[in-house]
Amino acid sequence: MSELETNVLVVGGGISGLTTACEAAEAGYSATVIEQETFLGGRVTRLSKYFPKLCPPSCGLEINFRRMKFNDRISFYTLSEVENITGSPGNYEVKVTAKPRYINDKCTACGACAEACPVEVPNPFNLGMNNRKAAYIAYAQAYPFQYAIDRAACSGDCGTKCKEACKYDAVDLDMEPRSFTIKAGSIVLATGWKPYDASKLDNLGFGTSKNIISNVQMERISAQNGPTGGKIVRPSDGKEAKRVAFVQCAGSRDENHLAFCSSVCCLASLKQATYVREQYPDSKAYMFYIDIRTPGTSYERFLNTVKADENVSLVKGKVAKVYDDPATGDVIVELEDILAGKKIKVPVDLCVLATGMQPTVSEMKLPSEVKVNENGFVVMDNDQKGIYAVGCAKDPADVAKSVQGATGAALKAIQTVGRNA
Amino acid sequence: MDKKIGVYICKGCGIADAVEIEKLEEVATKEKKIPLCKTHDALCSPEGVDRIKKDISDEGVNSIVVAACSPRAKHKEFAFPGSVVVRTNLREMVAWTQEPKTEDTIALAEDYMRLGISNVQNSFPPEPFLLEEMDKSVLVIGGGITGMTSSLGAADAGYNVILVEKEEELGGWAKKMHKQLPQSYPFESLETPTVSATMDKVNSHDKIKVFTSSTVDKIVGVPGMYDVSIRTNGGSEQIKAGSVVLSAGWRPYDANKLDHLGYGQNPNVITNAQMEEMASSGKITRPSDGKEAKKVAFIQCAGSRDENHLPYCSSYCCLTSLKQAAYVRENNPDALAYIIYKDMRTPGQYELFYKKMQSDPGVMMTKGEIVEVRNSAGDNLEIVLKDTLLGESIVLEADMLVLATGMVPNTRIEPENLAEWKAKFDEELKASGGKPDPNAVLEPHKVPNLLNLDYKQGPELPQLEEAYGFADSNYICFQYETLRTGIFTAGSIRQPMHMLGSVEDAMGASLKAIQCIEATEKGYSIHPRAWDQTYPEVNLTKCTSCKRCTEECPFGAIEEDEKGTPFHKMSRCRRCGTCLGSCPERVINFKDFSINMISSMFKSLDVPEEGLRIIGLVCENDAYPAMDAAALNREKINPAFRFVPVRCLGNLNLAWIADALSRGIDGMVLMGCKFGENYQCHYVRGSELANERLGKLQETLGRLMLEPERVQLMQLSIQDYDKLPQMLNDFAEEIGEMEPNPFKEF
Repeated sequence: MSELETNVLVVGGGISGLTTACEAAEAGYSATVIEQETFLGGRVTRLSKYFPKLCPPSCGLEINFRRMKFNDRISFYTLSEVENITGSPGNYEVKVTAKPRYINDKCTACGACAEACPVEVPNPFNLGMNNRKAAYIAYAQAYPFQYAIDRAACSGDCGTKCKEACKYDAVDLDMEPRSFTIKAGSIVLATGWKPYDASKLDNLGFGTSKNIISNVQMERISAQNGPTGGKIVRPSDGKEAKRVAFVQCAGSRDENHLAFCSSVCCLASLKQATYVREQYPDSKAYMFYIDIRTPGTSYERFLNTVKADENVSLVKGKVAKVYDDPATGDVIVELEDILAGKKIKVPVDLCVLATGMQPTVSEMKLPSEVKVNENGFVVMDNDQKGIYAVGCAKDPADVAKSVQGATGAALKAIQTVGRNA
Repeated sequence: MDKKIGVYICKGCGIADAVEIEKLEEVATKEKKIPLCKTHDALCSPEGVDRIKKDISDEGVNSIVVAACSPRAKHKEFAFPGSVVVRTNLREMVAWTQEPKTEDTIALAEDYMRLGISNVQNSFPPEPFLLEEMDKSVLVIGGGITGMTSSLGAADAGYNVILVEKEEELGGWAKKMHKQLPQSYPFESLETPTVSATMDKVNSHDKIKVFTSSTVDKIVGVPGMYDVSIRTNGGSEQIKAGSVVLSAGWRPYDANKLDHLGYGQNPNVITNAQMEEMASSGKITRPSDGKEAKKVAFIQCAGSRDENHLPYCSSYCCLTSLKQAAYVRENNPDALAYIIYKDMRTPGQYELFYKKMQSDPGVMMTKGEIVEVRNSAGDNLEIVLKDTLLGESIVLEADMLVLATGMVPNTRIEPENLAEWKAKFDEELKASGGKPDPNAVLEPHKVPNLLNLDYKQGPELPQLEEAYGFADSNYICFQYETLRTGIFTAGSIRQPMHMLGSVEDAMGASLKAIQCIEATEKGYSIHPRAWDQTYPEVNLTKCTSCKRCTEECPFGAIEEDEKGTPFHKMSRCRRCGTCLGSCPERVINFKDFSINMISSMFKSLDVPEEGLRIIGLVCENDAYPAMDAAALNREKINPAFRFVPVRCLGNLNLAWIADALSRGIDGMVLMGCKFGENYQCHYVRGSELANERLGKLQETLGRLMLEPERVQLMQLSIQDYDKLPQMLNDFAEEIGEMEPNPFKEF
């Protein structure tokens, strides 16, 4: 089988896509992953810990990368996007465009290019909360373990310092985008999600105060490889954030925004409450919710553990307003405490909006047989053959559910291919 | 195989600036007498790789030491199929983490050369273990929606399936449903159940053989070759299978335990299962008088989320009550439904169904804590609530009450059943002249139930301590890891889930069952060492039948014969090497990983009279990548340490410690995963076992007049790379405060 032919083509190299590819490959089929970033792993690479075990995402990623390294049946393309999909089950043609990395496979990840690079730009890996060089590796455990050059950020004023610094002939500033076609038996859409744009939630003050942040930003602030080295501080002044409010359903379960429940935010906020509580013994966390959704065994146990901490207050109530109090520098959260039947104002150092998940699958060009519903998820029908959606392309999902669905999707995908491995 | 060793030293990425390359060459050529030793400015470059390939083809090199970067980098470049390749890490472990060209750094690099060469000298290519005979069928136990979907999944991928169902007919709970929840967008309307179509597909599939009114009597053998006895209606059948999907489903929580909610106190209190039956019969009527129910209340979490009953959330009950509220409204448009919940849990797009039901003025829902359920006139009920959305206590009148009872997995053995089994075992023991231990605790998986495995370690799947009887995976990232290779669980036996979730889960487990068969056929391990074709080889002539390996194997891969001699059931093995670590006679070894290999590596180290020397035994899954990340960040690591990766800390064999310390090594640090609750070890108790073994070592060290603190275990996660340098320094300091190891002088 030539390089550009594969049994299962996976669009998206996040946890769902990697799982599908590894599972299909270990069942004896070839799999190819198309990933738009410079590295594999997707959104989970930006998480500090997973709920409910509070374990690091890099642990499971390491195993998945190892599965990929030692399995010849898996290939992947980074900085790549699918242009279009034609054909039919068993016989698709997928046109892919790969953007230039400006660093070739000779890169040893020695880091000389980054050291030489004089340009600093906001770091997208940390959601712009710190800077990185234009020659960079996204994070220390990134796979592939290879640098990249952000040409949009690179002014070119320095001449070619990165190229001169590289002893291995790995910097290629003339690299061109390339297009190629991959023949695939079946296709799995694992395109994932993005955080709902919190600035659309007028009353919650996102953008009006530096101390009103999204849960995705909170994850970076709490991560030991994040912009603050894991120190939970207020972005406005770097002061320790010891009173933190979590506003649930920020955009979710709201017909004007996301009509569905994003299903991860309750657990994410409970988890982030533990970050705060663990870091500062004299801290306080508030979670304002409509319903606390922690279904199943381990999630419910996690809820009970967090709830047992008297410095975590779970209050049922829809938040009316969040704003800065210039007099104190606090953020004020206004809501009705429903069970107490009264309006309250809670001053905090930091307010985290538990923003929902917006599926991104419709951002790619899909063949006409793939239907996307009003919420942005792929409509799956049980008899559908050939193209399958997994993870958050199909329904809001946490990591466990994504892995579960991605494993099952690998079976559907290989059924379509048939026994030709 | 005659070894022809080639040693290749890379000078790139700062290595040549940090060490003396000539001295490293001398270690290979003079000290180790390996004539073929070459250097290159960038070994991973196409030219560097070609140099190695040329030696393979021209010189017959078949064993290669790549002294360059971490084994986690440049894996494609340094893969030479057919040759043994050992990576010794001069970049991350030396050049990036040490002061350049100091005496310590040069000595450290030399030691890494010694470690690499001793490693390759004792490492051999795998010769995969292949079963003589195989069966590639999948056995599916339980024919509900999960089992049927699993069966179709495997059958449609080309595998034969044997489906065993204890009832007369397939279908399970799905068949008992009046209507099913919406299965797809817009998730608004109830659907006519599709289960009979699925049953037809299964029954007519030419690759699926269905046994109804049947149970599994015994499973003997290994993945790839199980002999299965099926007890059928009045007879028995013998079949063969390669792997197993256990999808034996759930039972409702026993409502008799819910008398505080009126069950058994008032005939008009029923369970959600009874409601389903009633709706299927066509009329929703009160059991007491057969009159149409006009005010039906639903109490959520009846038994669930309750420390006195089921501490967990059963996941399906909120949606089921919403569905049944729709039954009430469809049955009689004038009837009202009330749902009393703790939290309404309709995650994902099922929120749309909740919204739809909310828009029905005849369905009222409130959060509320149940204060009391009491009888009122005419067999009606009064439900007293507090903490409601109205902010006050209220009394709700209903003429019928449905308890949304939770889900109990059929893998769960109730304590009263355990007591029964214990009594039975004690009887048997007495009869055979043994003495029962009154304090012995019977574990649920030691009681025959669904699988009836003929394994020394018990007939059922071991369960996680806090999974309440569900046979779940311990790993967020890997949902189908059970503790018995070849046996996978799916559906509500794994986690509480609704039908849509079960259908998805069924496919995942089915794929894993197929993978296991394919891996076994080619002599590969299954996850997480799916690339591994080595396996534990045992020199039985020296085995003393101490049974440590049998007891410590996490996967039930080792059996014993009548004399108590252990033997591996190879295709059950996941190649973790826990047995290798457990064996006091050192007779269990892998082709590329052995007691002797690590011992030789330790013994190869140069131990000068002056200067601290510490060995770090490093778990390759988490601790080693953490070391690499520290190196990328150019953290300085204490130069006293020599790090040796292992498959898992469960590999720790006490002989290694004796070898190291008697050689004059001052201390040893064992770096592995955090253990205990929420453990991360994929071999379950690797670092915990290492810790237990350390406990046994204290005496030996005492006899050698060595401080027991010289050997310590360090629990860390892959993300702890920022803390690592300090942790290592602290340890080195502690060792440094002791007298130098007196064995240095010998």
